[in-house]
Parts: sequence; structure tokens; C-alpha cells
Amino acid sequence: MKKFICSLLIAVFLVGSFPLSTSAIGPSNYTYTYNEWGVPIPSPDAYRVSAYILGQHLEFNGEPIGHFNRPQDLQVHGDLLYVVDSLNHRIVILEFFEDTTFEVVDIITHAMHNGVQTTFNNPHGIYVSDWAANRGQIWLADTYNHRILHMDENWNVIKEILHPGIYGRCPNSAELTMVAGTGTSLLEDHIDFLPNKVAVDFSGRLFAQVRHVNRGLMEFDRYGVFAGYMGAPPVTVSPIDLFRRTIATQEQRERMLLNVPVEYNNVTIDHEGFIFVTTTSVDVEPVRRLNAMGDDIMIRNGWTYPIGDIWWGMGGASGVSGASELIDATALPNNVFVVFDRTRGRLFAYDSQGELLYAWGGHGNREGFFTQPTAIDSMGFTLFALDGGMNAALTRFDLTEYGMLINDALYMYQRGLYEESYVLWNEVLRKNGNFGLAYIGLARALLRQGYYREAMHYFRLQNNAVGYGRAFGFYRRVWMENYFWIFAVGVGVLMVVPPVVKRVLKVRREIREA
Amino acid sequence: MTAIKQRVANIDWVHYFDSLKFCLYTCRRPLDGFWDLIHEKRGSLAAAHTIVVVAVAVEIMRLVLTNFQFINVDMETFSAGMVVMQMVMPIILFSVANWCLTTLFDGKGRVTDIYMGYAYAMAPQVIINAVLIPVSHVITFDEGAIYWMFTSIGWFWFLLLVLCAMKQIHDYSFAKAVLTSVLSLVAIAIMVFIFLMFFAVVSDGVAYFYSIGQEAYLRMRRG
Repeated sequence: MKKFICSLLIAVFLVGSFPLSTSAIGPSNYTYTYNEWGVPIPSPDAYRVSAYILGQHLEFNGEPIGHFNRPQDLQVHGDLLYVVDSLNHRIVILEFFEDTTFEVVDIITHAMHNGVQTTFNNPHGIYVSDWAANRGQIWLADTYNHRILHMDENWNVIKEILHPGIYGRCPNSAELTMVAGTGTSLLEDHIDFLPNKVAVDFSGRLFAQVRHVNRGLMEFDRYGVFAGYMGAPPVTVSPIDLFRRTIATQEQRERMLLNVPVEYNNVTIDHEGFIFVTTTSVDVEPVRRLNAMGDDIMIRNGWTYPIGDIWWGMGGASGVSGASELIDATALPNNVFVVFDRTRGRLFAYDSQGELLYAWGGHGNREGFFTQPTAIDSMGFTLFALDGGMNAALTRFDLTEYGMLINDALYMYQRGLYEESYVLWNEVLRKNGNFGLAYIGLARALLRQGYYREAMHYFRLQNNAVGYGRAFGFYRRVWMENYFWIFAVGVGVLMVVPPVVKRVLKVRREIREA
Repeated sequence: MTAIKQRVANIDWVHYFDSLKFCLYTCRRPLDGFWDLIHEKRGSLAAAHTIVVVAVAVEIMRLVLTNFQFINVDMETFSAGMVVMQMVMPIILFSVANWCLTTLFDGKGRVTDIYMGYAYAMAPQVIINAVLIPVSHVITFDEGAIYWMFTSIGWFWFLLLVLCAMKQIHDYSFAKAVLTSVLSLVAIAIMVFIFLMFFAVVSDGVAYFYSIGQEAYLRMRRG
């Protein structure tokens, strides 16, 4: 018996120290969601860790590639994953196969520029195009070389995008359209051009998130010429601030902080060509979805806006408090988007309506936990999350059965196939009775089929006043149609009885008096 | 026991119901009504108490029974005691604060008069809120404008009546009534502040002596 226990323990240790855990059944990720009162409720895992990848365990051409050193960005292209290993000044390309195995297929340390090798200096962002117009081309934010490299698929530089220099406001346009060499500078010459993240849309326009730029994203046309700023978050002025400004003297006003838009910290483009930007500021929406004009088109119909955690805590045992600081976003094929929170190392998945589906992860040195989140990207429904801390690691998350079920139900639901989604939502509820969206889905299906009372019940469970009101409106109409005779008879009686009674009384009085 | 029986037997029920019914008159003719309320003894303290009790009851029912489309209170954290406090404390504080102020500004009213005026002024809002409870169950969320309109009407009516009451009770001009009412709110804020500070100081003092006692006790027990 003792021997057995010993061997069991050894087995456990062996399994635990196994370098690359690729099993689909990992430990729980502490998945949760918020209920209809905004209280966090545990939920089954929608995503599980399927691979936890450390640089020191990877090999390329038989040589170990060594630790990742502060990796800053990820980019998925087909079944390739580009990891920007920033302080190693290299790009590590991993290939993932159907059976969740993977291998390093290339390590890029330099590009060819006019036949000359040019190395990278602490690159922070990469974009590999999957658009028809420029498939396979690569844009690299070579941050400390102050440039963005536009390269073909063989890492030959097509265009080196440098500091855009002095540009001015186009005199006849209210828009921030820039023309070269006119008027004042917007990114002054003495400010270093530090491109941080890049994204490219289907027409080849490049959107760069540049450090110290708070006018939104820098936009370059497909030839790499600076075209202007786009998508700056709106400036919010609090009434108190406004009041302080009005009573302040000129000198005081000059010393006050300028009321300027906040800086974005990441940019991602989804498969429809819309741009996800994130910011750590709490003054504006921390994740926005921009169209080509720079307008925020994100749908925010959820219980709260997509801001990450609603409960910010008191900074108790964990020492963590305050709003979630979102540092990256990625959109899945079904328009679910996942954001990565730097404050608590959590991932939040929202559906296309902005309703929180599930949140998971946390701070720590375990599988599925992060010390310093930096980037997230998706390969189909598979997620890759990058930890850029001391123990830099790449975590692969795959959908569980529960997560797939939610996606299936969402698929039906978002196409308006409520009857079909009814069965699936019921399946979801069998796995997690606290999944609020499922009740709404049931209610919508019931409403569509004419079961107004039941629909009202499910809307009520989720405090959904709008849906309840709609169901109740139908219910009331049916009720009135069925019981209208009560009112008709009532009104009739009121109209007929008093005159008759009056008449009878009058006749009787007349008889008596006669 | 006999004393209580005696008191109950001595209640002038006719005057009580007349004075209670008078709140309907003050709703419609506030200036005339609030003058008569005090100076012609048309109101009674008993009726004022009744209105306050009914107002508290209606407020609790409003929070609990209104359809969730319009008012959605989490029953896990709902406390009827808090609602009672939230309703009764402003009345007491306003009566006292307003009396403190108006005695300095040749106000004619006594505390009980102010209390009565405030209570009678609540009457129309109480009636509107009471009617809105069943109404909320037959209208939909999209028709909520009706609900919120009547809620606002209730508030405006109440505020108007309070001002009229203060004007007539203290025999003021309307401007002076508005001014003293607003200043009463400031006085309430000061009173609440002093009360909270007093409470904090006392509880800190108690905690201090309690911890000294506890430390002495634990040391002695160990030694």
C-alpha cells in the first residue's frame, strides 16, 4: 500500500513537472460571470488551457531558443503564430497542427532592406495581413528603431515608414486631414516616433498606435504616407473641472493638466475590417470598435458596458483594486470579442451585443494565470494569451464543451433563429443555471412562439424591463381580446341600468302618489 | 389601562375625520387651506400623524409592489426599517431646522405647525404614488413615460405645497418662504454633520476605552 502511494505521488510529481502540458483537462480557470444584479457568480470553464508554452522549452533546428524576453505582441496568420520576442529583438514563428501539437518553424532576427540586412530593436507590434490585396505581407512596429517596417512574406522591406515629420491641418477641412508641410506640427520633430502596435485593413491602410500620441491612431495610406489621425477618444470634461477652470487665474490655468484625449494602448483589426482599440483610462470606454471613419460603432446593449470587472475590490489580500485595465482585444469568428485585463490578468469574453459571456484567469504563475499580460490573439476559436512578465509564457486556450454550446446557441440566436436556439439555451442552462443570457434567449424564443406569460417570467428573472415590457404588451393585447366582453358588458350595464332604475323608481313614486 | 381607555373615549372622532379630510382641500387650495389649517384649527396633529404613517406605508409598498419595469429593488438588500428612517427623519429634521430658522425671522409657526404643514403637503404625492402602484402593472416599459410623468407631478405638487404651507404658517411673503425653506436644507445638512461627528467621536471614545479594558483583561489573564 505504502509503495502504491509512493508511486502515485511520484507519478503526480512527474505529471506536474512535465514541461508542456497539452492535455485538454487542466485545472479550473476560476471562470465566472455576473448575474442580473451585477454579482459575480462562478461558472463552468468555457476555455481551458491546452498548452502552456515557455521559451526555454522550445527548440529550433535542434537548438533551444531560450527564454522569451518581455514578449509584447502576438499575431495569428493561418496556423502560424508570430510572437514578438521584444527584448530578444526577434520574431518567433510557431506552427500549430490539428492535434494541438506545435513547433517553431522560424526565428526572424532581421529583414532585408535594399539588399542590406537590418536588425530589429525592441519591436512591440506585428501585423501579418490575411486580406486578399496584400496577403502574407508583414508590418512590424520596430519601436526603438523609430520605424514601421512594411515587408513582403520573405521579410524584404517594401517600405520603411519613419517619423511623419511636420504636417498641418488641411485649411478647408474640419476633419483632421493632414497635408505635408503646411502649418504647425502635430507630432513634433523632437518627439520620438515610437510605434507600438500596428494593424492594417483590407485596403492596405495602416493604423498605428504610437506612444505619446493621444490624437488616436496614426493612419498611413497603402504607400506608407501619413494620412492623418483617426478615432481619438472623446474628451470628457467634468462639471467640477469646468468650474475650477472658470474661476482659475490665467497662471493657474496654464499649470493645470491639459484636458486631452487619452492614449490608446493597442489596436487590433477584426475579420470584418473594424478596428478594436483598448485604453487603460477609466474616463472613456476602455474598449472601442472603430469603423474606417474612426467612429465608435461598438454595440453596448449588455447589462453593463464592456469594461471588464464591475467589482473593483478594496485592494485586500490581493492588493489589487481599481478598474480593469484592458491592454488587448481579439475578435472571434462569431463576433464574440475577448479583452485582456492587465490589472487582474483576466480575460473577458463579450458577445456582439456587448453582453458578458464569461471571464476567467487571474494573477499568478500557474497555467492559465498571468503575471504581466501583454497580448491576446485568436486562431479560429482558439485563444493565445501572452504573458510578458519575468516568466514570459504563451498560453493556449481551447473551448470546452460548455463554451462550444454557448457559441452554438449564440450562432442561432444572433441570426434570429430563436426556436432553434431554445433547445441549445436549455442545454446551456443544464450546465450552468446562472447563465443569464440563456434565460433571455429562452424568453426571446418563447416570445416569438407566442408564449407571452412564460417569456415574461424569464425576462423577469433577468431584470430585463425592455423585453418584459414587450412580452407584456402582447400578453395584455391577447388578454383584452379574450376578456373584452367583461368591459363591454360592464359599460353596457352602466349605460342601461341607471336609467332603468330611475324610470322604475319614478313610476313607483308616481303610483304611490297617485 | 383605564387612562388609555379614557383617552380613547375622549377622542373627538368627528374632528379627526374632518381634519383628515381637510388634506384634500389643502391639495386644491393650498394658500387658503394652509391658512385655515393652523389659524382656524381645521387640521389636527392626529391627522398629520396618520398621513405620515400612510406615506411611509405607501413608500414601502411602492418599492416592493411596483412592477419591476419601473422600480427594481434588490429584495436581498431591501430594508423596510431604512425606508421608515428615510421618510421620517427628513420630516423631523425639516420641522426642527425650519422652526430654528423661522423663529429668528419672525415666523409665526411652532414646531407642531410646521410638522402638520409638511405632513399635509405630502398628501397628494402619497395618493398619486398609491394609484401608480396598480397602474405600473398594466402599462409596459415603453409606456413608462406616463408613469414617470405622474411621479414628477407628485414631486412638484409636494414641493409647491410645502412652500405654500411655510408661507401661510409663518405668515411670510412667498420669496421669504422659499428662502427659509432652502436655508432649512442647509441647517439640516449642518445638523446631520454635527450628529455624525458626535456619533463618530463617541464611538471612537467607546472603542478606545473598550480596547484599554480588553488589553488590561488579557494581560491580567496571561500574567
